[in-house]
Amino acid sequence: MNHLPQAWGRPRDDVYGAYDASYLQTSGPKQATQQPIVTGTSVIAMKFNEGVVIAADNLASYGALARFTDVKRLRVFLDSSVVGFSGDVSDMQYLDRHLNELAIDEAYDLETAATKDTSKPSGKLNAANLHKYLQKVLYKRRSDFDPLWNQILVAGFDAASKPFLASVDLRGTAFTSPSLATGFGAALAQPIMRNYAATEEDAARLTREEAVNVVKDCMKVLFYRDARSLDKYSIAVVTKDGVELKENEQLERQSWAFAERIKGYGTQTV
Amino acid sequence: MFRNNYDNDSVTFSPQGRIFQVEYAAEAVKQGSVVVGIVSDTHAVLVGLKRNAEELSSYQKKIFRIDEHVGIAIAGLTSDARVLSQFMKTQCLAHRLHFGRDMAVFDIVNRIGSKAQINTQHYGKRPYGVGLLVAGVDATGPHLFEFQPSGMTEEMTAFSIGARSQMARTYLEKNVEAFAKCSREELIRHALKALKESLVQDRELTVENTSVGITGVVTAEDGTRTVEPFKVYDGQEVAAWLEDGMDVDP
Repeated sequence: MNHLPQAWGRPRDDVYGAYDASYLQTSGPKQATQQPIVTGTSVIAMKFNEGVVIAADNLASYGALARFTDVKRLRVFLDSSVVGFSGDVSDMQYLDRHLNELAIDEAYDLETAATKDTSKPSGKLNAANLHKYLQKVLYKRRSDFDPLWNQILVAGFDAASKPFLASVDLRGTAFTSPSLATGFGAALAQPIMRNYAATEEDAARLTREEAVNVVKDCMKVLFYRDARSLDKYSIAVVTKDGVELKENEQLERQSWAFAERIKGYGTQTV
Repeated sequence: MFRNNYDNDSVTFSPQGRIFQVEYAAEAVKQGSVVVGIVSDTHAVLVGLKRNAEELSSYQKKIFRIDEHVGIAIAGLTSDARVLSQFMKTQCLAHRLHFGRDMAVFDIVNRIGSKAQINTQHYGKRPYGVGLLVAGVDATGPHLFEFQPSGMTEEMTAFSIGARSQMARTYLEKNVEAFAKCSREELIRHALKALKESLVQDRELTVENTSVGITGVVTAEDGTRTVEPFKVYDGQEVAAWLEDGMDVDP
């Protein structure tokens, strides 16, 4: 019997065999993130005539398990932009802390730059600036072979005060469009949103109410079809007046009537 | 042999609480030829008096473009100014790359301030022997900052540094009320007049020795902002201002 403290609480070698220390990986190269672990599914967003609407459900999945059902994946930045995260939740939390720091620095700068005349524009970091910055952060991390496993949508306004919506992913790939969706949403929600806002001109004709309704419809389609989704979601509307964020929305008027007509896969033989 | 025992390095206070090396660096600024800067509600202008080391040499540049929206005028050791200007260019460019926007003027000024302060608190380093006037526009409009070798920076509505700059400052103080509402051309004329005040007798402002740098932002009725990129005017480009500007009231 080994009485030494380092053996306390360990399985006894004479009963269970020697511990296989190869799991501990004491040597070999450092391993960075190889896959996301706890994940958030789609984020969807679309522009309308005077702003952007963005939504994501409140679920964080552990593989196929609906592990956390109250995770907020939309983040407001400086009361003027919204960042929506899909992908790894711990990397989202890391970026969230990072953006908090950035926002604090920026707020101090704004205080320094404050002019007596409040009607003058401030040099506030806008959504376009923020998106560019996130792109640099994500690209740097992928170049270090240690990516932040997210796809991110940034919604807000650009320097010309036009509605701004853009995406950046774990490789630093960045692009923009009148409507955007990450993950499963790119297949399921994007075509629906394109029916309403295929071009910038179309988006500029959409009213806020129309855009919000389209996005809510898309959230419903995603809940019907995406097995890693939830009927509780967050939705934010960014306009010149600021950000309206609702974090405990419930999908309304669901109809599962279509479900019984679905045939042709799974265990069915028909 | 020594003027005193407390001026060998920039980390030792004198018993009176002074750091002589920093004060000597400030003297180097006073040796440099004079530069003047003024801001209005719409523009920031720098003018400088260029010197030639000898008859056969060219005139030493005084005003430098840092970025699209920022420029500096220098008084003191030009080689030290080149180091600071290179640093400012790099910082502005990096900011543009990372955020896709112009760096705020106070931000770039704070950075050289912090950089210069380090030299006043580390053994074996020496303060920069140059003073700067930094003029630029950002989202909050046009700005003028003064930078000293001590690391001190301060926002100004109008200022002058360099040899005999007191004369120029006197002119600026006398006219300071007018600057805010000045047009671009009026502002340049004020700056050149201030510069002229500090000339030694029998010297004139000429196309050879006068340099003008200007940037500005004009906001149209509908709120669209047009930024005039910082540009340095030398030689024949300043002739018009010198010819018909110097006798009339700005």
